[in-house]
Amino acid sequence: MTRNAGESLTQDELIREICQGQTELFYELIRPFERTVFSVAYSVLNDVAEAEDVTQEAFLKALKGLPSFRGESKFRTWLIQITLNEARLRLRRRGAHAHESLDESSGTEEGDYIPRDLADWREIPSEALARKELQERIEQTLLSLKPIHREVLILRDMERFNTEETSQILGISKDLVKTRLLRARLQMREALAPGYDGNWTAEMMGNRRVRPW
Amino acid sequence: MEPVIVEISCVEVWREISNYVDDDVERDLRARIELHLRNCGHCRAVLDGTRNTVRLLTDGEWYPLPSGFSERLFLRLSSECRKNES
Repeated sequence: MTRNAGESLTQDELIREICQGQTELFYELIRPFERTVFSVAYSVLNDVAEAEDVTQEAFLKALKGLPSFRGESKFRTWLIQITLNEARLRLRRRGAHAHESLDESSGTEEGDYIPRDLADWREIPSEALARKELQERIEQTLLSLKPIHREVLILRDMERFNTEETSQILGISKDLVKTRLLRARLQMREALAPGYDGNWTAEMMGNRRVRPW
Repeated sequence: MEPVIVEISCVEVWREISNYVDDDVERDLRARIELHLRNCGHCRAVLDGTRNTVRLLTDGEWYPLPSGFSERLFLRLSSECRKNES
């Protein structure tokens, strides 16, 4: 099929072309989803190299399975389900923590999470957090979350899947998505903003000092 | 006669705070939460902190892809496609 210069195919057209043999178009199809797939893999595996490996495996699986993608769910959702399965498979092979990340339907949720009162101004660091520190703190906090909470936080807040999509991807109820998201957000809040609560905004990333007094 | 809004506790507010940030609470519960927030500084702080946290996470790209990631992915996919053609 000949294309005019600058004319790009829609997602559906790309899928059709690829299934008809133009497999070289696959990268163009999945390029918008590279980061999301990697994030989800990383959320499960907590290891950059393994996450990259699994990302490649997931895309290869998607390529093979493309003819059977019927569009009942969004392409992105379908991709992420494949990714999650691949990542969990890898985790099982790894051995450790397998029981943790696979118990998503076990229903043993903890009780209420009590958010700390962070209004102790003595905790404020002397300078506003630079973006790099912020990034590290987010990463560290993500690492420290239980997998069931980390996955939901990454899907909902970082990759912006809605509750319905997240529940589909993880195979859990919408209520469970919301419960886990609550805990994840409260934990992240404590890790990021001791003392800042009301004054923490994305503007902080520009190193502007914001103080309540 | 004015509708009576039943008071709720801080614990109940915290339980709903994430849904509240997402604008995902039904009307009566929302009224109760908002009444509570008017009188409770700690819960207001928790709300603000949670909101800011969500904003921060959704705003930024906190996962730098490892350098060379896209190239390696492209190569892997290409070689796989070539393999299948032969």
